Amino acid sequence: MTDTDQERDRNKETAFYKFTQQTLPACKPVLTPAWVITIFLFTGCIFIPVGLVTLRASRSVVEIVDRYDAECVPEPFRIDKVSYVQDDSIPKNCSRFLKVHKYMKAPIYIYYQLDNYYQNHRRYVKSRSDQQLLHGRKYHGTSSCQPVEFNNDHAIVPCGLVAWSLFNDTFKFIRERAELKVNRKNIAWKSDRDHKFGKKVYPYNFQNGTLIGGGKLNPRIPLSDQEDLIVWMRISALPSFRKLYGRIEEDLDVDDVVVVHLMNNYNTYSFSGKKKLVLSTSSWLGGKNDFLGLAYVFVGSSSLILALVFMLLHLRYRR
Amino acid sequence: MEMTRVRKRSIHLSKLYSLACFRPTPTDEHAQIGQKGYSRVVYCNEPDCQEQIRLNYRGNYVSTTKYTAVNFIPKSLFEQFRRVANIYFLVAACVSFSPLAPYSAPSLLVPLIVVIGATMAKEGVEDWRRRLQDVEANNRKVEVYDKRSCSFRESKWKNLRVGDLVKVHKDEYFPADILLLSSSYEDGVCYVDTMNLDGETNLKLKHALEVTSSLHDAEMLKEFRAVIKCEDPNEHLYSFVGTLHYDCQQYPLALQQILLRDSKLKNTDYIYGVVIFTGHDTKVMQNATDPPSKRTRIERRMDKIVYVLFSTLILVSFIGSLFFGIETKKDISGANYRRWYLRSDKTTVFYDPRRASLSGFFHFLTGLMLYGYLIPISLYVSIEIVKVLQSIFINQDRAMYDEETDRPAHARTSNLNEELGQVSTILSDKTGTLTCNSMEFVKCSIAGTAYGRGMTEVEIALARKRGERLPEPMPIDDVDSGTSVKGFNFRDERIMNGQWVKEPHSDVIQKFFRVLATCHTAVPEKTESGEIVYEAESPDEAAFVIAAKEVGFQFFVRNQTSIKLHELDLVSGKSVERVYKLLHVLEFSSARKRMSVIVRNPENQLLLLAKGADSVIFERLAKHGRAFEAQTKEHIDRYSEAGLRTLAIAYRELDDDDEYRLWEEEFMKAKTYLTADQDVLVDELADRIERDLILLGATAVEDKLQKGVPDCIDKLAKARIRIWVLTGDKKGTAINIGYACSLLRHGMKQIVITLESPEIEALEKRGDKEATAKASLASVAQQICDGKSQVARELLTGEPPAEFGLIIDGKSLTFALDKSLVNRFMDLAMDCATVICCRSSPKQKALVTRQVKSVTSKTTLAIGDGANDVGMLQEADIGVGISGVEGMQAVMASDFSIGQFRFLERLLLVHGHWCYRRIAMMICYFFYKNITFGFTLFWFEAYASFSGQPAYNDWYMSCYNVFFTSLPVIALGVFDQDVSARLCLKHPLLYQEGVQDILFNWLRILGWMFNGVLSSIIIFFLTTNSITGQAFRRDGQVADYAVLGVTMYTCVVWAVNCQMALSINYFTWIQHLFIWGSIALWYIFLMVYGSLPPTLSTTAYKVLVEACAPSVLYWITTLLVVISTLLPLFSYRAFQIRFRPMEHDRIQILRSEGLEQEHDTAQRLSESPESPETRISSDLISIRIDNLRASPRRKNS
Repeated sequence: MTDTDQERDRNKETAFYKFTQQTLPACKPVLTPAWVITIFLFTGCIFIPVGLVTLRASRSVVEIVDRYDAECVPEPFRIDKVSYVQDDSIPKNCSRFLKVHKYMKAPIYIYYQLDNYYQNHRRYVKSRSDQQLLHGRKYHGTSSCQPVEFNNDHAIVPCGLVAWSLFNDTFKFIRERAELKVNRKNIAWKSDRDHKFGKKVYPYNFQNGTLIGGGKLNPRIPLSDQEDLIVWMRISALPSFRKLYGRIEEDLDVDDVVVVHLMNNYNTYSFSGKKKLVLSTSSWLGGKNDFLGLAYVFVGSSSLILALVFMLLHLRYRR
Repeated sequence: MEMTRVRKRSIHLSKLYSLACFRPTPTDEHAQIGQKGYSRVVYCNEPDCQEQIRLNYRGNYVSTTKYTAVNFIPKSLFEQFRRVANIYFLVAACVSFSPLAPYSAPSLLVPLIVVIGATMAKEGVEDWRRRLQDVEANNRKVEVYDKRSCSFRESKWKNLRVGDLVKVHKDEYFPADILLLSSSYEDGVCYVDTMNLDGETNLKLKHALEVTSSLHDAEMLKEFRAVIKCEDPNEHLYSFVGTLHYDCQQYPLALQQILLRDSKLKNTDYIYGVVIFTGHDTKVMQNATDPPSKRTRIERRMDKIVYVLFSTLILVSFIGSLFFGIETKKDISGANYRRWYLRSDKTTVFYDPRRASLSGFFHFLTGLMLYGYLIPISLYVSIEIVKVLQSIFINQDRAMYDEETDRPAHARTSNLNEELGQVSTILSDKTGTLTCNSMEFVKCSIAGTAYGRGMTEVEIALARKRGERLPEPMPIDDVDSGTSVKGFNFRDERIMNGQWVKEPHSDVIQKFFRVLATCHTAVPEKTESGEIVYEAESPDEAAFVIAAKEVGFQFFVRNQTSIKLHELDLVSGKSVERVYKLLHVLEFSSARKRMSVIVRNPENQLLLLAKGADSVIFERLAKHGRAFEAQTKEHIDRYSEAGLRTLAIAYRELDDDDEYRLWEEEFMKAKTYLTADQDVLVDELADRIERDLILLGATAVEDKLQKGVPDCIDKLAKARIRIWVLTGDKKGTAINIGYACSLLRHGMKQIVITLESPEIEALEKRGDKEATAKASLASVAQQICDGKSQVARELLTGEPPAEFGLIIDGKSLTFALDKSLVNRFMDLAMDCATVICCRSSPKQKALVTRQVKSVTSKTTLAIGDGANDVGMLQEADIGVGISGVEGMQAVMASDFSIGQFRFLERLLLVHGHWCYRRIAMMICYFFYKNITFGFTLFWFEAYASFSGQPAYNDWYMSCYNVFFTSLPVIALGVFDQDVSARLCLKHPLLYQEGVQDILFNWLRILGWMFNGVLSSIIIFFLTTNSITGQAFRRDGQVADYAVLGVTMYTCVVWAVNCQMALSINYFTWIQHLFIWGSIALWYIFLMVYGSLPPTLSTTAYKVLVEACAPSVLYWITTLLVVISTLLPLFSYRAFQIRFRPMEHDRIQILRSEGLEQEHDTAQRLSESPESPETRISSDLISIRIDNLRASPRRKNS
């Protein structure tokens, strides 16, 4: 054997040669009946327990949901709720009584929930200026804030439809005549507070127009501390959404009655949106939602059934 | 000094070609010189003169590039936007700057730029390569005459001008089209190799005009002045019309004096010439036309799918804009604003409740952009990348590398790869394609005795057909391979090694080989190692000289007057030198069918030595020369039956008397005649002397079948590919060759369509053309009908039905392709596994190809090696050129070139199948992944009141096609293998998957699309229902728009990549890297992008790190969604593989059960495609064949 032959042989062994000849070592799985049944069974065996654990977590969450938009309008105004809510001269006070049906361990999260509210509408989503939120009036390129950009030729801070339509119902919680302490700090994402909303940016010329949308802002508090605004400006994904209002840092016992004094300021009547108040504890998985657990169980059982069907057919029709 | 010495040694070879010596005679065309089309004027040796400059002919600079530096950008952009999908994206990119765009302009532009840029870069690189070739050619050196210094100076090709005098040396290429003035031979001949032009390898003789052939030294050239008037630049390689005005005389010029660019000077030390055509005016450049561009079936269907997707896009956008319009219109009712937070009072036209329909229309445009993800922007570029890589693999395949000729397989166009996997009919040339086209001397018959013990492959096949046991199963080429001589495969111990002297007719044998050694026009050349090689006009002739040499009659010197041989001296037993004086050569021509030489041997005998077709020689035999006629005739018949080419050998002793002198005188006179009937006169004279011959014997030369041809054809037939052979051979030879290469197999029934019936011949003789044609047509129609009914009967009664082979001759073919018959004929032909068309012309080859293509509407592949196959190669869907002896013409016109016919098996069954599968899967998958993605956007829209807000961040979307899903799909397209190469070859039936197109039929495509929609539904609804509504983390935070986007996107990336993992069966580290890497890349991207300042990253700011990653819900939702999207496809695959397996599934199962050995080196593969295991599973194959056979028929009924 000559040198060149040897060299060629050696070359053949190299990975590159195998690569060019498309003979790289490869794993070639084949769906044999054994594998199919194993995979189906395995999926079932994993998914059903996971689903049950998830369901358990979801069930452990105690949640009180109270829809108040309809009943908080006094009887005489119920024919025209829109003019009621738009009329500043009428007081918007309203009281709700929530009965705790199960022990709720602190922290209890307070959410307001809006339905049929398209925060994800493109026109709405675009109408904001992240630069302005961070840098304030120094920043001028706020054309994206149309149509809420200027008022009386002065820039509006924060500009845009999102800020303009700030949710402004307020809630007070009283249990046995004592006001429950509601922590309204740290309800927004930390990154939002620190990096998206300026610490030295103060509301300016906000809600001064002829048409007033939602809530007003205290012009002496910087945007980074206006957590309600920050939460609101975090756009919701779907037209039905909850937003964090605060936390009750006391446990609630069974049969406790919580009286909620709320200001029903926010107009959802014109688009027949619902308003709900939600008190909820949380588990390691978050809030109450059985869907995920059920879906896991469903998928798990389906694959068990498939395994069974496959096995039966396999045995019935032998090759 | 040097020059003169060379001169002395040079031989007047032109004398050898006394008959071929061509003196141009003025033709009709010469009268047209100076008129339109014949207006070129060249002032020889005066390129600087005013007149020449005024004519302003192009320089010799050649550019074959498609683009220049200036027009590259606009022209290649224009090329890009000729694709409808790209136009869509261009329009979308333009609109993206308007407020209509649902996402930011850069996020749309960047992928478009990447995609277009990649394609343009590819174009650019290809063009750059062409440019480098041009630069190389333009900067080659040639010696140009400089009048001032009266010497030749080196100059670059590109600086050459019309009228320049050049000197070209041996083995150099001609830099332009040149008029030959003189050469190193005194009579002004030179030899030219035109391989690059027409692919012919034999040397061509060119001949200068006598008036110029004396121009030899630089001094003489200084005074040389002449004017050439000739035709304008044109593409006809085989014609030239011009006149030379020199010394107040006109001399007609013809092609004989023209040396074309790209041909090479051979066997001649140097030539002088005048440049006539330069650069792009040269014939070879004028000839360069773009080959017809071919598109594959899959690509054509892909276009249709893109149209389907476009319609879906329009439909979806329309639905979206309809709802949007309705919702928007409802926003104002009287003075009430419904969704007050949208400020319907202060709005633009894009969202105006008062002009809702206009807003709806604009929203339609927005929708077109938003759902544009349904159209895979990167599909075209990905396919192109994949195909280029695939062809690199084809080029690299060692198993298709021909060591003998040092030629790997070469995919000349990359865009037909997958079509290789769908070939239903192969049309093949015979000579040089199935056979080697290198003639081998195998047998001879001398003095009535047959010599040569070897069996030809045809004989072996015939014996096999008769069921005889073969005495010697080894094919002859494997024996004594160490000592084998190219062109010689004669083995007979009675002749070889000097044993012939002991034979009874040793004197005849001696004469026989002397004829072979002297009667030819070959030129011997000593190689450096001292061996003698021969340059011959045809491979047959070379075979004779080599045979003579091997037997002991070594021809080693030829000069103008003599031929020298080394011969065995019978008395002394030693090798002695014998000189034969060469007096005349009577050249071979197709009309004469013979050639002879007149020589004077050392014994001073005057001999005429002749060889020629048996019919011609036998009728010229003397009465006393017919001693062995009967036996020889019998042998010749037997040889031609065995597929050999035969020639009869004879000689005549001439009397050195007045009769001969008289003849010689007349002959010399005739040769110097300048009239048109000179040829006739010379022929007549030659005929007069070539008579009263004495028969010596006959030779048989084999055009050997290429290695592995029968096995290859067998495999292709097993893959149920129809094979048509189009050959110029006689019917008998064609049938025998058919058996030899297993085109016609044992148990196959033959249908022969021919016009060789006595009635028709009788009609022909009468010369009534119309009646003949009518009768022929009727006869062919009748034969087709008979054949058809024979096939029908067989289908009913045969158990199992036998295969059919159809043999048709060229004349019948003409009638069979007649409009009235062609359908019936093709119908019959389609029922036959093999069709052999004998005696067919190149034009018929192309015609048949077109008919097969149009009638079957399936893929046809033509394979050939010669210039006569070019039409066929270009007409077929795929042209495969064999880069063999006949040169490059076919290769140039082909789409793929291979060194040997047998590589076709691997090219089709392995690479074709793989490429087809890869591309089909890839396209289906591409649509799947884009539909999945696009429809999640649509479902989200339904929950965003169709406002056009995308579900994801702009940059997630633009990275989707480019980063997170592109690499796995390319890996699929380049590397996936359903079964290994070895198993592909072992189970040829697998190939039918491509022919029947079952991996890319509409059902499958729609299935994948449906799967995409299903996946998108699962992803959207499971995700939204799982994570929105309630808190999605322990700390009570809810999932907002950004979190939902990330979660859905994560699920999409996981789902499409896992679907990929599920649908491929071949994981090397590359697949693992690409698939899992793409998923990892998404997380990495999200982290990097999320850590950018919030003004850049917007909704993605810290979304993974802060919001999603700490949430358990995010992770378990991903798991649920991914498994749920995989479950439908997985279940389908599991049940389908078990209960309705496709061919590749079957093979995979066999392999996984250990019934098939997988690992085998590629080397052994190429050597022995047939292994013992094949036989074990052959019963399995036959069962499957039956299954397959049954299925199409069911379809028909």
